[in-house]
Amino acid sequence: MLEKFKAENYDVVVIGAGHAGCEAALSSARMGCSTLLLSINLDSIAMMPCNPSIGGTGKGHLVREIDALGGEMGLNIDKTFIQSRMLNTAKGPAVHSLRAQADKQLYHIEMKKVLENNVNLDIKQGEVIELVIENDIVVGVVLSTGAVYGSKAVILTTGTYLGGKIFIGGVNYESGPNGLASSKELPKNLKNIGLKLRRFKTGTPARVDQKTLDFSKMEEQPGDERIVPFSFMNDHLEKKQVPCWLTYTNENTHEIIKENIHRSALYGGEIEGTGPRYCPSIEDKIVRFSDKNRHQLFIEPEGLNTNEMYVQGMSTSLPEDVQVRFYRSIPGLENSKIMRPAYAIEYDCIDPLQLKLTLECKDIKYLFSAGQFNGSSGYEEAAAQGLIAGINAALKIQGKESFILDRSEAYIGVLIDDLVTKGTNEPYRMMTSRAEYRLVLRQDNADLRLTQKGYQIGLVKEDRYQKFLEKKDNIEKEMKRLKETCVTPSMANEFLEKMNTATIKSGVSIYDLLKRPQITYEDLKEIDENRPNVQLEVVEQCQVQIKYEGYIGKQLKQISQFKKLEMRKLDMDIDYSKIDGLRIEARQKLNELKPLSVGQASRISGVSPADISVLLVYLEQQRRKRGDRDE
Amino acid sequence: MNATIAAIATAPGEAGIGIVRLSGEKSLEILDHIFMPTKGNSIKEYQSRRLTHGKIIDPKTKQVVDEVLVTYMKAPFTYTAEDVVEIDCHGGIVPVRKILELVLRCGARMAEPGEFTKRAFLNGRMDLSQAEAVMDLISAKTDKSFDVAFGQLEGSLSKQVKKITDTLLEMMANITVNIDYPDEDIEEITYQELLKGANHIKKDIEQLLRSAYTGKIIKEGLNTVIIGKPNVGKSSLMNALLKESRAIVTEVPGTTRDIIEEFLSIQGIPLKIIDTAGIRETEDLVERIGVERSKEFFNKGDLVIFIVNASESLTEEDKKIIELLQNRKTIVLMNKTDLPIVLEEEEIKNLLPNKKIIKISIVEEKGLKELEDTIVDMVYGGQIKQKEASFITNVRHKDTLEKAKMSIEEGIDAIKQELALDFIEVDVKNTWEYLGEITGDTVGEDVIDQIFSKFCLGK
Repeated sequence: MLEKFKAENYDVVVIGAGHAGCEAALSSARMGCSTLLLSINLDSIAMMPCNPSIGGTGKGHLVREIDALGGEMGLNIDKTFIQSRMLNTAKGPAVHSLRAQADKQLYHIEMKKVLENNVNLDIKQGEVIELVIENDIVVGVVLSTGAVYGSKAVILTTGTYLGGKIFIGGVNYESGPNGLASSKELPKNLKNIGLKLRRFKTGTPARVDQKTLDFSKMEEQPGDERIVPFSFMNDHLEKKQVPCWLTYTNENTHEIIKENIHRSALYGGEIEGTGPRYCPSIEDKIVRFSDKNRHQLFIEPEGLNTNEMYVQGMSTSLPEDVQVRFYRSIPGLENSKIMRPAYAIEYDCIDPLQLKLTLECKDIKYLFSAGQFNGSSGYEEAAAQGLIAGINAALKIQGKESFILDRSEAYIGVLIDDLVTKGTNEPYRMMTSRAEYRLVLRQDNADLRLTQKGYQIGLVKEDRYQKFLEKKDNIEKEMKRLKETCVTPSMANEFLEKMNTATIKSGVSIYDLLKRPQITYEDLKEIDENRPNVQLEVVEQCQVQIKYEGYIGKQLKQISQFKKLEMRKLDMDIDYSKIDGLRIEARQKLNELKPLSVGQASRISGVSPADISVLLVYLEQQRRKRGDRDE
Repeated sequence: MNATIAAIATAPGEAGIGIVRLSGEKSLEILDHIFMPTKGNSIKEYQSRRLTHGKIIDPKTKQVVDEVLVTYMKAPFTYTAEDVVEIDCHGGIVPVRKILELVLRCGARMAEPGEFTKRAFLNGRMDLSQAEAVMDLISAKTDKSFDVAFGQLEGSLSKQVKKITDTLLEMMANITVNIDYPDEDIEEITYQELLKGANHIKKDIEQLLRSAYTGKIIKEGLNTVIIGKPNVGKSSLMNALLKESRAIVTEVPGTTRDIIEEFLSIQGIPLKIIDTAGIRETEDLVERIGVERSKEFFNKGDLVIFIVNASESLTEEDKKIIELLQNRKTIVLMNKTDLPIVLEEEEIKNLLPNKKIIKISIVEEKGLKELEDTIVDMVYGGQIKQKEASFITNVRHKDTLEKAKMSIEEGIDAIKQELALDFIEVDVKNTWEYLGEITGDTVGEDVIDQIFSKFCLGK
């Protein structure tokens, strides 16, 4: 029998110090709540147990949004990256995506430093084995040492630790990620308090020793010459970058894998969890896409002070001896030595349909959760949820209105709405195609979309806010100047001919000329005589807003349609089974999910447009009955 | 801000006047596009609640559609508490349908059944007890739209739309995978490929639209049942009207075993022609099923075309049918007048007083024109009334198809300008969404599923 003792009280306790936990703890502390961040091992704070990079398509957008709201991820990767690339530059501005390779050790060290030096925030090594619940309200946590911490809110950010189990071929054992201890007691307790848990699976490839690789057989992939920072707070970054390397599998690799497929934990049937489709293991790729005779892989450095290299594209659950053989069948890896074998990991997480849009649990008040525990995958997805959970825990304690971003405001809104409204059957990864309004939700305007909101809730501090106002002001000024600056045919026609675009017959504004696809802002310098010195970020904004005015306008129109239903709020205590006209399935689903707005209700699977009409009429009836006509 | 909605406020086919009603803030703007007042410059100068005389003109072709009276009623003192415009035009299907099509093209959306009433309620123009009635109306619609959706799911329109949306989905997956997986070993989709795909889609939509005009896809035309004893020429009549061979026509009585439906338009009036198996008592099980269904369809028909053989005297079967026809809108065709005539017109007149009788020879193609004219007269004269909802469905589909066509055309423009993939995808997705309104599908996981099943991606 564990001897319990009373320890301190906090406003917020965060369980787990991964990417979700760090953002959750920082946001709640920065918003004035005394916060305790607990981790099974303090040396694994902000650990990157899989790929050594932050950002990418969709994910880069998330990092920019976290930054715009006053989160830490963007700042931390800017301090610790060793290579930076803007992806998709050949495509439109909405899908440009920033990705940076991180020095993993450094990333951990820098994040830990920030946490340690943040006011209102304590960090402690300890394993939570129980939540203290009173009348469906969480009031504290119990550690394996017997310490009982009281708290007004608890945020679960347990990653892959809960009931973690690692698979390497036929070998499997209980473990958290990367050889760390798993959490065995807490999942039992969570089931006891009524949460519905399920098993998900993910995996990571092997790490190989740099000195055993032959890079002359691979293709070098350098970083960008012009480094674009993740954080709005950084204007310019100069750094020596290190390359990644590209190579391919071949028929021989595939033969070795096929011969040993029966030894894969995935195909052997030991794994019960659901894995993500977007990061299939190499055996999965070979079985499902048997017509492909090669698959590409990237060799990425894990840091500047290590020989370890990450083999992107080669996640597997085959046994270690097979891993060694097929890794060595790849050009440049013939003599490779594996420093950490690839593994698959299975863990407990919840069905996110049990959560509100604030990431608070519907059935247990003041209990929030974020990250892989909510069924997502990826550092950035975790951090984004952590931030929102931390914000909402703080706001709730302070008795303030909750903070929800909708699908037209941020990728974060899309992410959370997808999770809690539609649910997910595999670890959820952000993609730009999940956002309906992606022309508006660009990574280049995350600050313009969100910093004001971050300031209002008190997370964005004065320095950032002033910098933001200045940029906004500069954009407005430059837009105005471009509209008001006109050129005459005699000034412009020679230039226009040179640019292969139609000449003009009367005066035209620079603004209108910039709309032409053949002409960039930079080109126009030639005829834009008194152009002031304008920051690159300001130019970028003006250019995007002017050039894509038509398409952006189309989406803005769609957004105003969308907003109408989002504004129609639904009370949590509506009993949908009593609303005549709703179909049975809709009644059940609505009662189960308790959506916040008619808009959210319309995205629930099993709720039809006709049901939505019925709901609207019902709302109007209720309003009349209450007699408050001006709501 | 609600979309501006439009609908025909009078039952189609009725004599006298027809009314097209609009509600929403764009009502006046839309009217302005298509209306040319007899006096004065612009409708905008006219006062609320005053009748204005003028012409409806198709802004594309500049042709006069009809001479009309319009009334503009300013919000909030209207039925819906929104701006309302009513266009009083000549009755009959053609003018009202043309005008409705015009207002839809100019930016109005087809109203859902009961939507004017719903808006009236939501905008505070009705009390609670009336609201209960609206609720009933909407829930009734739930079942009905389910039926309609179900019916169309099996229908040819839905099948053809599905074919187009599948192509669109593939295109979207190809674009999206290029956007979301820039580092993967996947071939970049080229503008030529995109253009080819988009042009193909445009062609398919246009084809569907054309068939909407000729009446091929109009599932819910005026229900016209052809009835008569076996071998009297029912299938031949249908073929003659369709001018193509669809039903099997042979000399063996009862060959047309099942119900055959065809759609055609006679001078702009959509007809759904149902060829029945006859209602003869029969031992043949398969045929008996046909006969049962004939009776069912017969009861549902808006108009019955009864064929008798003029070269024989009336049989027991004919007389049985005549009994059923007493209270039905009926045209009697005396067929086979190319053979020596045995049956007298007087005899039929006595049995079926007040019914139009036409002498016809389907083999020699005589009397068909008179039949067509009679049907048109009956519709315009208001003798036949079509059930309203079915008519709306058709116009709405056409409206949606037009919008889908516009979207893909915008996409084609974007491709030609070689705009970035993410812009092109917006238009492709919009096209998909419009078509999805017909089949009831929405974008979402479909594209993502398609990506993962087609491409090999991952870390």
